Amino acid sequence: MNQATTNIDQRTNNSEGDRKVRLKGRAWKFGDDVNTDEIIPAIYLNTTDPKEMAIHCMEGIAPDFTKKIAPGDIIVADKNFGCGSSREHAPIAIKAAGISCVIAKSFARIFYRNAINIGLPILECEEAARRIDEGDQIEVDLELGIITNLTKNENYKAQPFPEFMQRIIAAGGLMSYVMAKQGE
Amino acid sequence: MDTDYRLINHKGQKEMTITEKILAAHAGKDSVEPGELIMAKLDIILANDVTAPIGIEEFRRAGAKHVFDKNKVVLVADHFVPNKDIKSAQQCKMMRDFAREQGLKNYFDVGQMGIEHALLPEQGLVLPGDAVVGADSHTCTYGAVGAFATGVGSTDFAAAMITGEAWFRVPESMKFIYYGQRQKWVSGKDLILYTIGDIGVDGALYKAMEFTGETIAKLSMDSRLAMCNMAIEAGGKSGIAPPDEITLEYVKTRASREFKVYASDPDAEYCDVREYDVSKIELQVAFPYKPENSKGISQVGNIQIDQAVIGSCTNGRMEDLRMAAEVLKGKKVHPYVRLIVIPATQNIYLQALREGLIEVFIEAGGAVSTPTCGPCLGGHTGVLAEGERCISTTNRNFRTRMGHEDSEVYLSGPAVAAASAVLGRIGSPGEVY
Repeated sequence: MNQATTNIDQRTNNSEGDRKVRLKGRAWKFGDDVNTDEIIPAIYLNTTDPKEMAIHCMEGIAPDFTKKIAPGDIIVADKNFGCGSSREHAPIAIKAAGISCVIAKSFARIFYRNAINIGLPILECEEAARRIDEGDQIEVDLELGIITNLTKNENYKAQPFPEFMQRIIAAGGLMSYVMAKQGE
Repeated sequence: MDTDYRLINHKGQKEMTITEKILAAHAGKDSVEPGELIMAKLDIILANDVTAPIGIEEFRRAGAKHVFDKNKVVLVADHFVPNKDIKSAQQCKMMRDFAREQGLKNYFDVGQMGIEHALLPEQGLVLPGDAVVGADSHTCTYGAVGAFATGVGSTDFAAAMITGEAWFRVPESMKFIYYGQRQKWVSGKDLILYTIGDIGVDGALYKAMEFTGETIAKLSMDSRLAMCNMAIEAGGKSGIAPPDEITLEYVKTRASREFKVYASDPDAEYCDVREYDVSKIELQVAFPYKPENSKGISQVGNIQIDQAVIGSCTNGRMEDLRMAAEVLKGKKVHPYVRLIVIPATQNIYLQALREGLIEVFIEAGGAVSTPTCGPCLGGHTGVLAEGERCISTTNRNFRTRMGHEDSEVYLSGPAVAAASAVLGRIGSPGEVY
């Protein structure tokens, strides 16, 4: 099942070398309550291939989004990002499209959990969501939770993850964490 | 079979809400507090044809060979069935092959299946006091039978299939008290639409919504299922209706294993308590593009529609079909409207047939479908074109939800959906007579 193996490898950050802790990219701004039907419409849920999902990333709200972004770019949104469905296709599409991080004032709970599980970096920071403008150049230090706005020369501090979640992230995602524990 | 449904009472222990008690019991602890991280054993782990494939691939990649308990993993083909295209067929095949390989007791395919969140309670697969995760956001529906039930993604589903457990951050509980007499035609769907309109799409973010009060005590199980179904639309981690005689009546003929009935302690802590005078709650309609845009039917104005959908895990049950048939009996669907009726399970479909409801729908000019999620998520069986409007008993009306980005979905209960199908515009049963 070579096809499946390739798909899954692309989905999770499962080797130490792969996992980036310093991210840099252009900010793409969205508003409140960006939902999973906007992130990836349901008609695209009939695949498990991240490359296919990536093509349709944000199609329900910004149809030419994938044509405009560069690898490493960052989504910055207001409250309740990722609300709606539990579809893991939503964070997978965002990650596979090359977005390095999502910063939001707050996240919907299933999206938040899914993002951590698959290794899509997310940060909750009300100040960053408020101060960052479309097009600003942003740097993120995931370990320290510090967001730097290079365009405005400002720093913002994000909410730290609970220690338990940090362990999942450090393990490279939920499945790695679970299998490591099973091996204990 | 004799079922043990003693009321578990934690007098002498820390006062807890029903949600906290269920989580404590499944974490093997005497008590838990909101914010605490726990590992809980699960009674049921669920996925469907859209969410299972990713999970199955993760399961395989992790090197797992067997699910932890083949009686507790439930797989239902409901979203894109009967298969609408080759890709959907491939996904169902993957799920089917996995179910057979693992010897899963509870695998439901076309001909036996129903929409998962109507099927599981009907079959007695989810019971009071259970802890349930499902790879579908409307898993919160099972709170109506007094379970802790929450939606997760495919990776959580895969991990749970291996370990039989899931980690949770214990949610705070919000108490919603409903009192007074419902107006005619007003059902659980209207109560929850009104509530979401009050608190917003993130008004219950990360919280357990507890539905109580004298109105709820008299509310049917079908209406309770509709209410708990939409807890996620307020951002809720779960919804729950504490079990009572109506719950026990519902589960006692369906349960084939033991269950536990919990109740919130009188002095348990809630982060918020809201009370609603139900006698003032009209039939509700939620406008595009958020479920929080609810208005009373008298405030709706003149909104022409092209399609009406009666069905889904929210309102595809007997109470819903009976209400719709009562409105439609002897009437005709407006010539500019397509009415699509989707009984949520095979049992419901058969029962509706026997009660003459299907005849009412067809004679009125409606189209009746085999159980499926179909149009709810814009999959099939009623997708909308540019500029079209649908009144629907489903649970979401985000942009592109049911089709073209310039189509609109208005959410309501079955009475309004049926009346609107006749009128050709959104309206109430009172206007149809």
